[in-house]
Formats: sequence, C-alpha cells, structure tokens
Amino acid sequence: MTSPSARLDRGEHLDRVESGERLERAESVHSGERADADERVRDAAEPRPARGAERSSRGAPGRERLQLSHVLFALPALGFFAIFALLPLVGVLVLSFTSWNGIGAITFTGLTSWGEVLTRSTTWHGLALVVLMIMATWVLQTPLSILLGTFLAGRQRYRNVLAVLYFLPLLLSSAAIAITFKSLLDPNFGLASGLNMPFLKQNWLGDATLVWIVLLVIIAWQFIPFHTLIYQGAVRQIPQTMYEAAQIDGAGRVRQFFSITLPQLKYTLITSSTLMVVGALTYFDIIFVLTQGGPGSSTRILPLDMYLTGFRGNEMGVASALAVILVVLGLGLALGVQRLGGKDASASQTEGA
Amino acid sequence: MRRNWIGGAFGWLWLLLVLLPIYFVGITSLKSISTYFGSNPVLPSAALAFENFTAVLEADFGMYLANSVLVALGTVIPLVLMAFMASYSIVRATGRFSRPLRSVFLLGLAIPVQATIVPIYLLIIRLHMYDSLGALMLPGIAFGLPLSILIISNSMRDVPGELFEAMDIDGCSEWQKMWRLAFPMTRPALVTVGVYQALMSWNGFLFPLILTQSPDKRTLPLALWSFQGEYATNVPVVMAAVVLSSIPIIVLYALGRRYLVGGMTAGAGK
Repeated sequence: MTSPSARLDRGEHLDRVESGERLERAESVHSGERADADERVRDAAEPRPARGAERSSRGAPGRERLQLSHVLFALPALGFFAIFALLPLVGVLVLSFTSWNGIGAITFTGLTSWGEVLTRSTTWHGLALVVLMIMATWVLQTPLSILLGTFLAGRQRYRNVLAVLYFLPLLLSSAAIAITFKSLLDPNFGLASGLNMPFLKQNWLGDATLVWIVLLVIIAWQFIPFHTLIYQGAVRQIPQTMYEAAQIDGAGRVRQFFSITLPQLKYTLITSSTLMVVGALTYFDIIFVLTQGGPGSSTRILPLDMYLTGFRGNEMGVASALAVILVVLGLGLALGVQRLGGKDASASQTEGA
Repeated sequence: MRRNWIGGAFGWLWLLLVLLPIYFVGITSLKSISTYFGSNPVLPSAALAFENFTAVLEADFGMYLANSVLVALGTVIPLVLMAFMASYSIVRATGRFSRPLRSVFLLGLAIPVQATIVPIYLLIIRLHMYDSLGALMLPGIAFGLPLSILIISNSMRDVPGELFEAMDIDGCSEWQKMWRLAFPMTRPALVTVGVYQALMSWNGFLFPLILTQSPDKRTLPLALWSFQGEYATNVPVVMAAVVLSSIPIIVLYALGRRYLVGGMTAGAGK
C-alpha cells in the first residue's frame, strides 16, 4: 500500500502539471520520482513488477455493487464504438460472403468472393508486399529509433529543442508528405540538381526497386519521430544508479548501452514493435498519393489492393474478403509480437510521466 | 562522462534530414513559376513571390479549411467527452463491469481501420449521410475512442481514492464527482487526447476519400491531393497549398506540445 503522504505527492504532481508550469519544474518532479525509483531498485532490484503491484493496489476501491450511473456514463462511448467500429468488424465478415457493386442490391453468394480472393495472383502479391513492408520498416526504424531515443534522453537543453523539431513530420498529413517528396525527388527540379548529386538523379517512382527505397525512406521519415519519443521516455525511466554501478565496474558507454539500456527497453520494444508492425499493415495514404500501386503493381500492397478492388473495381464482396485477411493478419501479428515478448504490453501501458 | 560523439553526429544528421524537406517546401512555395524552373532548387529565391499563396486562397482553400475545422471539432469534442465519461466508469465502477468494458476498448486498438471501410461505407449510405461532413465525424469518433480511453483512464487512476471518499462524505453524486473532481484532475490527459485526435482528424485521408464525393465536402488532405492533380506542373503553387494546410496544425502543436508529447510517451512508453 502507498502511504497517504505518497498519495498526496502524486496529487500535488498532478496539480503542478495541470497549472501549466514550465518544463523545468515538471522535470524536477520527474527526477524526484527517479530518486524514488532508485530507492526501490536498491530494495528489490526489480523495479517494474514492484511498480505494477503498487499500481493495482492503488486502483479503484472495489465497489461491491454496480451503480446505474456508472453504466449510463459508459453507454454513449459503448454505443458509438459498437455501431461504428464493432458492427463494421462483423459486417466485413458478413459482406465477404456476398456480392455487391457498391450501389445496387447485396446478394448472398456464399464462398464466391473467397474463391476469387484466394485464386487471384494480386492477393498473394499484395500479401507478400505487406510482409516485405512490415519486415523492412521494422529493420529500418527500430535501431534508428532506439539510437535517437537514447540520444534524446540526455538532459541537455538542446536535446529538448531537437525533440521538438523531430516531431514536425508527425504533424504533416501523409498527402502533404507524399506531395513534398514527389517534387523533392524530381530529377530536374529537385534535390539531384540542387545539390548537384547525379546519383540522386533517378527515375525514383518509375522503377520497381527504387520506388520501394523511396517508400521506406518516406515512411521512416514520417514515423521514426514517434518511436523515438517512446524510446526517449523509456530511457529516461531507467534508474541512474544502474549506470553508476556499471561505471564503477568499468563498463564503457557502448557496454552500458548493450548491458543496461537495451535490456531495460524490452517492454518498450514490444510496444513500439506492435505499433510499428500493425501500422505497417495499413499504410495507405502515402502509397495511394505517391504511386497508386505502381509502377505496374510493384507497390500494390494488400490494403491498397482492397481499396482498388472495392471502390474502383466495384467488387465490394471481394474487397471485404481481403479486409478479413487484413484483420486476421493484424490481430495475429499483434498477438505474435506480444507473445514473442512474453508479456501483454497493452495492459502495461501505464503511467511514466 | 565523455561526450557521446556518435550519438551527437547521428542526432544532428537526423535533424538535417527532418528539416530538409520542410525547408524545401518553404522556399519553393515562395518562388514564382519561372524562378522555380530557372533557379537552384535548394536555394531560396531573392524575390519572394506570394502569388502562389494568393492562387491557393482563390482556389477555395478557405472552404476546405472550414470543412477540416468543422470535422475536427465535430470529432474531437464528442470524442473527448464520451471517452472521459467511459474512463470514469472504467476507473470507478465495480470490476465486474469495468474489466470487460476496458477489454472491449482495448480490443479496438488492434482493429486496422482500413479493413472496415466497406461496411462503414455501407453504413453511411444506409444512414443517408454519404457525402456529408457528418459522415466523416462518426467513424472518426468511434476509432478514436480506444486510445483516448486508454490514456484518460490511466491518468484518472492516479487521482487519490481519498478525494473521492471525501466527496462521498459530503454527499456528492457520481455526476458531481465526475465533473468536479475527475474532470479537473485529468485535464492534462484530456488536452493530450484532444490535440492528438485533432491531429488525426486533420490529417485523415481515407474516410474523406471513400465517404465524400463533391468538391465542396473535401477536407484539406483530399483537397491537397486533387490540387496536385490539377496543378501538376506548377509545383510552387502545390507547395504553397502544403504550407497553408499545415500551418493550423503546427500552431495547435505549438500550443499543446507539452501535453501531447508527455501524454504520448506516458501512454506508450512502458
């Protein structure tokens, strides 16, 4: 159990944040918490489970009776979520057994749509491209995000400024980003001639291999900042005493990174990877604006194939079957990554500020 | 400690990579079309040309902006209110009710939104809302709920139980406890969620693409895309459109940054 005074501290912390104080003050509170954590490390060498246990005991006091007001408070959200998120999820499965051109009547046609989906070569092509996308984004973005996050976790003021600027790509719409890079990569009026670097003068969007490099770089540009922020927050939570102990033992910076930072980032890695992998499954806007699946069908990944099949080809039943594959893939990947990490990370996304 | 040269060099290199495209957009939007074809693409032009911005404003930019603002407000306000009330229920109700409730919304985090576009399209048609701004708000609210509830309820758990008990003693109703205690105590989280969801709504592309049709219902990203088709050769005008469409959200970021970044790392950083 937490002592009343500790609870008071927490309330005070919230008040401070709420009253809109500047970052420095918030950080001084943060470092206070850090000292607190350090103490716990000395006590129990296992900070995270300790924190989790503390949390659950601090949670809502077990009300025995369900109050009507609590049910009523949840109803609007529950209703909305049921109608516009859960119902479509069921609907997509139902529609996959029908034929519908998007305008006329919906007719039940059994497994016809599934038969077409499973025998079309574009389905397997799109699926292979999605797998490629997932692996390539993970391999490209994870090491970079961890390195940048560790770098940004330093307390120097200029690193806070860098963090602000790193965030900028996250603000821009995918449409804006795609359009920007399109002109940036123009062989005659873009970077290649501006920097006078002939090797940049390629037909970037017209070549089946080059276009993938372009996509992966743009997606990395857009999403690495987000994962960097997650890792920055996590690295700042690693107790400083662990590094001090390592220094006494004579471990260098590289050794410290691999022996302390990386292992301590395990749960963050699971969270970040889950978001990255499930996210990679659904990249749509960037590819739609940049290539429309081309050249040929070299970037027609499954979500794009689904959109084009349904809304351009007017085969909503087939598109629904493709969507079911996406849902299953998404859930499977999310569960797979969590299983790989051996912990339900979504349930542990708690506190930390 | 020794200086971290590798990390430093890498950090600054990344900054360069982040800023280069943004810089390119900025300088290109201020070039006249003839300067664009004649000058070095990465150097700013001495003569600033604001004609591109005028051209964008004359091409109904104001209407698209208004559409985007309306959709963002119509999504974020109900979304935050509903997510707040549901979070209160999750944190304060008995476990028999709150645990399944929480699980339902957590499940929502794993739904790939793209996969539901066909049924949502059907639903919106049946509601006779196709090609309206309202059609963009409804799914936006529904798919924003899971993450919003996760962040808000995590923050609400930190409100000390004694404060609720004190209000019980004073004879306050659940409604009063929710608005007079939980609401002010979770305000940072509410701002985080509000700013983040406004960002999501502002930059949304897929729902406007499938749920609207007429040009006067376009939101900014979609307008930007069709704009690019029309002005394919006039890159400076397109860049000016990119600048104008991004300014509102950058201002919002500047105002809510502290909450946004803090809340996002708190929600996902463990």
